[in-house]
Amino acid sequence: MSNSLDSYLVLSALLFAVGSFGFLARRNAISMLMSIELMINAVNLTIVAFGAFVEPLKTHAAVIALIVIAVAAAEATVGLAIIIAIYRNKKTPLVDEYDAMSQ
Amino acid sequence: MPIGDSIPFVGIRWDDLLFVMLAATLLVSALLVVTLRDIIRCGLSLTVSFASLAGIYVMLGNPLIAATQVLVYIGAISVLILFAIMLTQTKNAPSKLVFQTQVLVAAVAAVFIGGVIIATILTTTWPSGGQRLWTATADVAHLLFHDYVLPFEAVSVLLTAAVVGGVYLARREIGKNEGDKP
Repeated sequence: MSNSLDSYLVLSALLFAVGSFGFLARRNAISMLMSIELMINAVNLTIVAFGAFVEPLKTHAAVIALIVIAVAAAEATVGLAIIIAIYRNKKTPLVDEYDAMSQ
Repeated sequence: MPIGDSIPFVGIRWDDLLFVMLAATLLVSALLVVTLRDIIRCGLSLTVSFASLAGIYVMLGNPLIAATQVLVYIGAISVLILFAIMLTQTKNAPSKLVFQTQVLVAAVAAVFIGGVIIATILTTTWPSGGQRLWTATADVAHLLFHDYVLPFEAVSVLLTAAVVGGVYLARREIGKNEGDKP
């Protein structure tokens, strides 16, 4: 089981599905951001799994995974800063109360 | 004393046992992240899922990525998320409703996405060697600083821009929010 590429890919697909459910269903903006992190982790797991099982991709996959981690860190920084800025104006972290454009 | 390739008397390989344990921890903690009511516990369980994913990276023969996962995700992003949770938590916030009203549609969509991806994975024959390869860190460094040096520099510019942008977005405007202390 641990020596087949399929099991890692299925694991990452399940993780991606869980993350997408959280992104669509949660009300709290920070929960949505955490779900995005889960999805990014699932994609990264796919990249590393391909690198570990396919010989020509071996080192390329590691480099791409490092770049993905750095971009995810940048995304988390800006996303949390935006959430804190919105919270300062609206006094709520719940996304369904951000309705200024529908009024 | 060296231990064998598989568990004595049971016949399951150690690798498989480790993979199942790490995968179960990962999926259970990810489910807790999206379902728990208390958002602080969501953040802590997100840390657990990052840690088990680092273990899976080690199993995949990629210790550099595992170390980066621990440093960046557990060390930086988890702490950042916990900080943001504590900054935005209100005592009187209505925490009765964790989910949106579209939760059933979201569940159906997530199951559909997962089903489609898994079906695609299982019906495709991948060019897999059938055993895990070990990635040497020296090769990664060589590739990163020769062939991938332009993405590397672009990422460094992106990180600088993200830090500046984060400080700009989250700063308190002097004179505007002078009176209202949270």
